[in-house]
Amino acid sequence: MLLMLRRPFFWIIALAVVAFALAPVVGNDVSMRESLLLDALYITLASNLNLMLGYAGYVNFGSIVFFGLGGYICVWLVNSYNWPLIPSLIVAGLGVSGLALIFGFGILRLRGAFFALATIGVIEAVQAFVENFTPWGGSAGVYLSGEIFKPLGGPAHALWIIYFMMVAVMGLSLYLSFAIKTSKFGLGLLAIGQNEDAAAILGVPTSRYKALVYSVSAFLPAIAGGLYFFKSAFIQPSDAFDLSLSTEALVVGMLGGEGTVTGVAIGAFLYEELRGYLLTSSTFANFQLVVSGALLLLIVLFFPGGLMGFIYSRFPRTQKVLE
Amino acid sequence: MLGILASIIDGVLVGLVYGLAAMGLTLIWGVMDVINLTHGAMIVAGMFALFLLTSVLGLNPYAALLPVLVGGFLVGVALYWISIHRMVGRPPLMSLLSTFAVNLVLIGVGTAVWGTALFNVNVSLPGITMGRYTFPGAHILAAVLAAVIAALLYLFLQHTRLGKSVRAVANNREAAELVGIPTTRVLAISVGLGVALAGLSGVLIATLFPFTVLSGDGYQLKGFVVTVLGGFGNPVGALLGGIALGLLEGAVTPFVPVSWTLVIEFVLFVLVLIAFPAGIFRSRRGAL
Amino acid sequence: MKRLFLLAAAVAFVATPAFAQDTITIGFTDSQTGPLNVDSLGQQRGYEYWRDEVNAAGGIKVGDKRYKVKFVSYDDQSVGGRVQQLYTRLVTQDKADFLFSPYSSGLTAPATVISEQYGKIMIDSGGAEEKPFETGNKYLFMVITSASHYLSGAVDALKQKDPNAKLALVYSDDPFSKAVLAAAAQQAKAAGLQIVMNESYSPSTTDFGPVVNKIVSSNADAFLGGGHYSDGATLARQMHDQRANMKWMSILVAPSDDKFAELGPAALGVTVPSQWELQVNYKPQFGPTTAQFAKAFQEKFHAKADYHTASGYTVGVVLQHAIEQAGSIDTDKVAAALNAMDITTFFGRIKFATDANHHGLQVAHQMVLAQWQMINGKLGRQVVWPPEAKSADLLYPIPAATQ
Repeated sequence: MLLMLRRPFFWIIALAVVAFALAPVVGNDVSMRESLLLDALYITLASNLNLMLGYAGYVNFGSIVFFGLGGYICVWLVNSYNWPLIPSLIVAGLGVSGLALIFGFGILRLRGAFFALATIGVIEAVQAFVENFTPWGGSAGVYLSGEIFKPLGGPAHALWIIYFMMVAVMGLSLYLSFAIKTSKFGLGLLAIGQNEDAAAILGVPTSRYKALVYSVSAFLPAIAGGLYFFKSAFIQPSDAFDLSLSTEALVVGMLGGEGTVTGVAIGAFLYEELRGYLLTSSTFANFQLVVSGALLLLIVLFFPGGLMGFIYSRFPRTQKVLE
Repeated sequence: MLGILASIIDGVLVGLVYGLAAMGLTLIWGVMDVINLTHGAMIVAGMFALFLLTSVLGLNPYAALLPVLVGGFLVGVALYWISIHRMVGRPPLMSLLSTFAVNLVLIGVGTAVWGTALFNVNVSLPGITMGRYTFPGAHILAAVLAAVIAALLYLFLQHTRLGKSVRAVANNREAAELVGIPTTRVLAISVGLGVALAGLSGVLIATLFPFTVLSGDGYQLKGFVVTVLGGFGNPVGALLGGIALGLLEGAVTPFVPVSWTLVIEFVLFVLVLIAFPAGIFRSRRGAL
Repeated sequence: MKRLFLLAAAVAFVATPAFAQDTITIGFTDSQTGPLNVDSLGQQRGYEYWRDEVNAAGGIKVGDKRYKVKFVSYDDQSVGGRVQQLYTRLVTQDKADFLFSPYSSGLTAPATVISEQYGKIMIDSGGAEEKPFETGNKYLFMVITSASHYLSGAVDALKQKDPNAKLALVYSDDPFSKAVLAAAAQQAKAAGLQIVMNESYSPSTTDFGPVVNKIVSSNADAFLGGGHYSDGATLARQMHDQRANMKWMSILVAPSDDKFAELGPAALGVTVPSQWELQVNYKPQFGPTTAQFAKAFQEKFHAKADYHTASGYTVGVVLQHAIEQAGSIDTDKVAAALNAMDITTFFGRIKFATDANHHGLQVAHQMVLAQWQMINGKLGRQVVWPPEAKSADLLYPIPAATQ
């Protein structure tokens, strides 16, 4: 940990987090805060997915299950048991991580496309289950009363607190990605990503590492899900387990450059900003799918290394500073 | 009791059509290890082709199969050159993303042109009645046609020169190249076939149920389930996988609340995948 | 003198644009893409048609000022997650003064949260589910009859035609349909009708074959259910294809769309609870009559008005009336005017619940039951219930399918 303090990248992350936290405060700009909150959410989701995708080389279409389950557990604790927000978030994070650990041992026997398909099955199965699960409101979901924002000083104040918490979760996600990448655990994961059989022969405990990273990559998205749906004051299965959000997180990883910390974060930021723009622009609103599809195709075909691949090859010295 | 039997027969009928819908997916996967995420969009393209051919040109619904076969093949070859050619042999994520991107474009164009309105092609054929239960004629004919198309595909792969080349490329691309098979052309033809199959299944499905631009997603998902049940890369297995899925839906529905069917379907999907990563009906490597 | 008057009129005329600078911004999302894009269109046309009418008439009168109406709207892609993002943007960035609802209960619920968090009035014609109105809100108002009353007319009619009817309740697993059918089940029980099947299906279901077989197995002879357009229409077609031979079919939402006629014989006899039909005739205290509305709408859009259009238009009319009553566009004053409102429009009578636990729910508007019948050899909808509002007799039982 102390060693990390000496790395310039540590301070770059700190700077980014502070910039996120302060930017909307300066002008008391609520609409900027809302847009940055979504950016922070996407960065959190994409960074944690990157632990599986970029490091260990496993395509996980079901990453949004962590987010959705975290949201459900948190909202349920707040609504049915009147728990305060923070303990609910922690329980959501730990609970989902634990589930992922147990589940990881089974599902991670699969490799490559088989694993990818299985994760699609997981997301569909969980969604179908929650739609039938009455304690969580079934398909109608759970509504939180406006009262829940009272302990945080009313809605206007609460939204700021939630924003800062989301930025903190984003910062933790970035540090987690950074810390893992520079650790022995991270090296093991990268070896699995390169060639799993070779890694196993060289003594990397592959199944333990894989299950562990699956579980670790569930923790912060679950908390982000709790925060997000607490803020929404409403959760329903179709929003919580939206397959397209998972796919977006994958796309973001590709755009930025899988396996890199900076690239994925910038990719998430740019993607969400672009999407917000396309969605609300009068010119593109009808063609936003076509535009994002065509852009993605061009990037996959011609810049397979993503943004960071491009930067690394143009400015090789950046590789030393930007992880 | 009769009700359960009716559900099972219904399951087999619809299952054959699901099997056909998955066949194109599994063919492309078997030949080049690419999961074609435009599959659902191609099924939808078949549905809309049927709609246009019947409503604008006044064609008989089943006469639409031939133009869709030809058109689908050409579209598939184009798809190969646009989004798959550069991805063959690269990590699976790359082709997933490139076909996903094309899928976004197709769905985007489809939504801009047709909206997500429901389209309906009425086919009235005399059905068969069993007690109070009726099997609509269109269902029976679609199932028969699906089986016939599958049989033709099997004969093509087993007994024609081109079909044998496709199997050779699927087994070992380098070796096929060495014995003088033009592998790139074979790959393009395989994608053409895969997409044509998607289009054909789209036509048949559209004679059974109303559809929208977004219907493809559901059938693609079912296609994955069928593929897993039937074994990757095995078109005949896909037909069996389809029947298995249809039977499952038919046999489960009378006993559990309808809304739990999906839960059972996908839990089973994951479990089967973990237990038999190569599929239940897959006999040996290179079954194609 | 006359010349002076003309001059004054001319000055007033020239001066009007200065007033016209004042605008009221209203924000909402509609589903231009995604599964709800057909269902959403009717409501959106209703909103826009109202705006054009108001602006053509010079705007909304507030005291001696006139405000033009400006819309800001975005595509929510039929996705709940986008709704909150876009409504927040409407309030914070586009500075919307008032909000209208998106279409469907699933999308309206997340939008209502934003309206409360930022204290903006939202008038709802797209979400009939009650739950969001029961969490102690202050600024929500629903102009349509809410979910629990959708099928009460159907239950009454059925009870009168056949007290021994056996009901199959089969409905989409979405918040709106579940709420409607849960209420209908209670009403049916209270009416002494027997329920032999009560199940929901996933909204993404495309093949209802096994479901239809199950309905046949249950020995039901009356069907109540459905959800939104796609599943409802598919169900109707497969019930007909598989000759389930129900004596009674009530399907939510789908049959209220004129497209439903494309199903041909499968549409015949199907009933739909409707917020409003062309045959409905209320004497409006404010706004156009049904005949005026229907005619002008037809001329403008070359399509028949349906209940989604009418309810969308009514949202505008209600807001306009409240602003004019309040003489202000201040949120709390307009909310007070809405709370006090009790008027009849061409859509029916409008009055909102004011107790804290149900605030904003519609308490006065009545629904009708419409049925697809042959009218001069063509399929069309007739109002068949309640008896005092009917335009044709109820067709019961539905003639058996013949082939």
